[in-house]
Amino acid sequence: MILRSTLDTGAAAYAGNRGALLEKLAALDAEHAKALGGGGPKYVKRHHDRGKLLPRERIELLVDRDSPLLELSALAAYGTDYPVGASVVTAIGVVENTECMIIANDPTVRGGASNPYTLRKTLRAMDIARENRLPLVNLVESGGADLQSQKDIFIPGGRLFRDLTRLSAAGVPTVTLVFGNSTAGGAYVPGMSDHVVMIKERSQVFLAGPPLVKMATGEDADEESLGGAAMHARVSGLADYLADDEVQAIGMGRRIVASLRWRKLGAAPSPQADEPVFDAEELLGIVPPDLRTPFDPREVIARVVDGSRFDEFKPEYGASLATGWASVHGFPVGILANARGVLFSAESQKAAQFIQLANQTRTPLLFLHNTTGYMVGKDYEQGGIIKHGAMMINAVSNSTVPHISVLIGASYGAGHYGMCGRAYDPRFLFAWPSAKSAVMGGAQLAGVLSIVSRQSAAAAGRPYDEDTDQVVRTMVENQIEAESLPMVLSGLGYDDGVIDPRDTRTVLGLCLSAVQSAPDPGPGPYGVFRM
Amino acid sequence: MISRLLVANRGEIARRVLRTCRERGITTVAVFSDADARALHTREADIAVRLPGVTAADTYLRADLVIEAALAAGADAVHPGYGFLSENAAFAQAVIDAGLTWVGPSPDAIDAMGSKIASKKLMAAAGVPVLPELDPATVIEADLPVLIKASAGGGGRGMRVVRTLADLPDQVEAARAEAAAAFGDPTVFCEPYLATGRHIEVQVLADVHGTIWAVGERECSIQRRHQKVVEEAPSPMVDPAMRERLHAAATAAAAAIGYRGAGTVEFLAASDGSFHFLEMNTRLQVEHPVTELVTGLDLVALQLDIAEGAALPPTPPPVHGHAIEVRLYAEDPAHTWRPQTGPLQKFTLPATTEFGAPAPAFGGSFGESAGIDRGIHAVSPKLQSHHGIVVRVDSGFAGGDVVTPHYDPMLAKVIVWAPTRAQAARALAGALAQARIHGLVTNRDLLVNVLRHPAFLAGRIDTAFFEQHGLDMLARPLADEDAQRLSAYAAALAASAAERAEATVVTGLPSGWRNVASASQNRAYQAPAGRIDVGYRRARDGVRIEGEPDLVVGEVTPTRVELGRGTVRHVFAVAAYADMVCVDSALGPVSLRPVERFPEPETQVASGSLLAPLPGAVIRLGVAEGDQVTAGQPLLWLEAMKMQHEITAPTDGTVTSLPVAVGHQVEVGAVLAVVTPPEAQP
Repeated sequence: MILRSTLDTGAAAYAGNRGALLEKLAALDAEHAKALGGGGPKYVKRHHDRGKLLPRERIELLVDRDSPLLELSALAAYGTDYPVGASVVTAIGVVENTECMIIANDPTVRGGASNPYTLRKTLRAMDIARENRLPLVNLVESGGADLQSQKDIFIPGGRLFRDLTRLSAAGVPTVTLVFGNSTAGGAYVPGMSDHVVMIKERSQVFLAGPPLVKMATGEDADEESLGGAAMHARVSGLADYLADDEVQAIGMGRRIVASLRWRKLGAAPSPQADEPVFDAEELLGIVPPDLRTPFDPREVIARVVDGSRFDEFKPEYGASLATGWASVHGFPVGILANARGVLFSAESQKAAQFIQLANQTRTPLLFLHNTTGYMVGKDYEQGGIIKHGAMMINAVSNSTVPHISVLIGASYGAGHYGMCGRAYDPRFLFAWPSAKSAVMGGAQLAGVLSIVSRQSAAAAGRPYDEDTDQVVRTMVENQIEAESLPMVLSGLGYDDGVIDPRDTRTVLGLCLSAVQSAPDPGPGPYGVFRM
Repeated sequence: MISRLLVANRGEIARRVLRTCRERGITTVAVFSDADARALHTREADIAVRLPGVTAADTYLRADLVIEAALAAGADAVHPGYGFLSENAAFAQAVIDAGLTWVGPSPDAIDAMGSKIASKKLMAAAGVPVLPELDPATVIEADLPVLIKASAGGGGRGMRVVRTLADLPDQVEAARAEAAAAFGDPTVFCEPYLATGRHIEVQVLADVHGTIWAVGERECSIQRRHQKVVEEAPSPMVDPAMRERLHAAATAAAAAIGYRGAGTVEFLAASDGSFHFLEMNTRLQVEHPVTELVTGLDLVALQLDIAEGAALPPTPPPVHGHAIEVRLYAEDPAHTWRPQTGPLQKFTLPATTEFGAPAPAFGGSFGESAGIDRGIHAVSPKLQSHHGIVVRVDSGFAGGDVVTPHYDPMLAKVIVWAPTRAQAARALAGALAQARIHGLVTNRDLLVNVLRHPAFLAGRIDTAFFEQHGLDMLARPLADEDAQRLSAYAAALAASAAERAEATVVTGLPSGWRNVASASQNRAYQAPAGRIDVGYRRARDGVRIEGEPDLVVGEVTPTRVELGRGTVRHVFAVAAYADMVCVDSALGPVSLRPVERFPEPETQVASGSLLAPLPGAVIRLGVAEGDQVTAGQPLLWLEAMKMQHEITAPTDGTVTSLPVAVGHQVEVGAVLAVVTPPEAQP
């Protein structure tokens, strides 16, 4: 049925919600701009002056013109000592009508050197490529590991090369275009790739450059003979294709992808996907800045799904969680959306049943988070909330259909798990700027700490200093609030990006299409349990 | 009565004759060269007879083959059209001798007018005003400037203007040589050269019963290199008194040679209304449609009637309104009128309408449904009403045809009839401006500029119109730089829509969507005014063009784009071809060449270079530098991996470089030899 909206766009609350969200979007744009700026104007200019393209310019040239492109983890390393973006760009883009995972080093940021966040972001992109069976295109130009952080990179970083060859073994082709340096460990990126393009007098791929060779063996060798593109194309055979310049190399990359004759193995979307009845612009006015105020997630669903159609499952049962069927850009999807924050036993059982129904019909699931967690208290514990919550978490954990999570409001406690938080391996997880995620709310956490300290002081017979308590509570609350913010969590790599709410439908469309590149793993061993 | 008629011609005039024959129930026979095997005239005739070969000399000019064709097809009559064999008395005689009806004047009449020198004498004797003929040997300073003409000439060929006596002998010699080559007769003569004359001609029709009609005059003063470009009836300079004198002279000329059929008597007029006989064309003229439109006559039908012995009514019909014809050529006026050849991708004109409002130009169904690109239309407009406007197209080509270098590059004649001259000029300029002509450079913009020129509209025209008003100005594109820029935007947006429509994954998602907006989508085009780079991106409130904050992008489809500046909206019709995009709008037609997204890196190697296909040793040379070689000839042998590889010449030519010797070890891609084809040598 077609959802109705009771959103009053003339109301003060709407304007307030919208204003608050626009402010957060402006902050998000400012951080995205930092990532886009790479190593700053000086290094960007130097790069351009050398006749080289920036990573995003390379990506734009690689993908089909006018095709949509979803950049992932754009805020990686936000809130750390490393530059926002983590000196690498990862994106799902369409190359010759093939959805690919694209990983491009940003050589304007410290020579494209990898820091721990670069590694985390790159490995996440490769996970996405593997899970969704997206051919991988590497656009390589990196000086290797950032040596000052080598202890955080060297040992875990080996996974990069292992995963490259495992991708290939899993039937996911890997293509590498080498634009410049790809030395030491970096040399194994082309080394482990199925298809390699190098560029005359630009690409340099060697285990050790002239100084290290001199140190190691005493041999005098120049860079070109150690690892030049022409050498690799004619002598070592590490390069399959030799390009004259960057543009030609990218053109060759496109031809390679075309020659993969890639066929998606999932379901195709239905061809008639109509737009929602309600305006996506209004998504800015739904979520209140104070997440203690509840909102109806159907107002969000009505502005995201095809034709605003939502066939709700068990609407009268466990009403704090809305569940139902819809489609986005023609891809069918089952939606679980928190309606009033708290998950009770009924909600948990309803969720578990719904997830099993989706598994039976092989329908991908979309989780719209706004939960403060499972209900606590004597009655609920006695009523078996742990058991019921466990059913939901069990169902989510063992569900084999693709999951996509979007944090639109709160995502606290075990509710975050039950709604398929990051640890539950959704294929994609995005956050709205209005979202917050933590073990619990900042005030609650500070209050818990205060109660525990007070009890501990009382037990020891020490006096309790109320002034200190107030200071500590405020400090803790502020710390938790700051750590709960989506940009911080995004910086740590706990989501795939913070998105503009108005883009939700497009982001979901791209993700639902990407997940259909992989074959359906098939249902689990049980029928649907009626709860 | 004629029952099966062969048209000894091609292109639009062949189709014109075929049309009247079809109307009359006469079986039609076309002849075609190999190049015209798929031409419209060949396809439209009931029977088509092949003339093997492609050049005119091998095909349409071969009187013997044409008569053979007529006999083979069982024709009982031959219509020559214009050009080719139409004024060849021997051909006319041969047709008659073969027992066929000749649709044209008697061979004697053709002969009488065939020699310009003899015909001028004849005309002078009949009282027709003629320019004095000057013997090249006796021309003096006072006679200058003079015009040298070939006696057997026509169509401007062999004509030369001489302004100084010193040049005369050389020019006479050159003219003789050209005349001998073109017409088989080296005779030339001189006339005083009237630099600013007006070309006025009178259409005559004469039957075998002694009735001679003078059917009004035509003015054809706008010419390039002595070839008519714009023709009209009536002439804006001719008043009733002058018309009476012109008619009398033309009738006298026709009478003097016992003329029969349709013919044209050409005069050169001065601004004071005086005129002199130039020549008489003993055939149908290219520009006959203007006379048809102002009189309602079908001149081809009358030619057939006369050939069948029918009698003309005593007087011709009166002239109504005004008709103007332009000759649309595949040629580049801005570059020495260079003829253009190649595929004509699209050729449509806005809908022809009789007595009604024209269809909207660039909206919805523009062009496609008009269907007038293929036919000759409205030969006999109904002239009871004086409000309608008639657009007629006589065309030898349709969209998809190829213009070859073998024949005249005229694509079509576009003719407009309107109650007044000003209305006709405006309607014709409008029809041309709205025409969709894709694939070839044409003189369309020049024609529109002429038709809209104040001097033309004031009737101030003469044979030096282009020189006087500046060909540069007249040939300038209708689309100015801003129009070209907007057209490039339209081309880019249409291409974007087309590519999205062809996508097979994430098809329904917004075009060019980015969650982290970094760069615009870029496309570039080569326009007449230079390279235009178009950057566009999708914003929440619509598509934005880089550097154009005020530009509003409306609806975009692969073939139609709306662009607005402020409240003013323009509509662009876009057609994309392999390496060309044509954008038509009220701002003027623009042809763009898309800049390739992945251009081949520029090759450093001289063309004609032979590169080593693999590393190896040169073991033998078959040629030396400077040798002439033929394609496929072995030049040298390389030994690599125990195999001998023969390096052969890619084309005929000269070995201009041979940088290797026996025993040389060469790398892959090393230049082994350079063979330069003959035409490329300095």
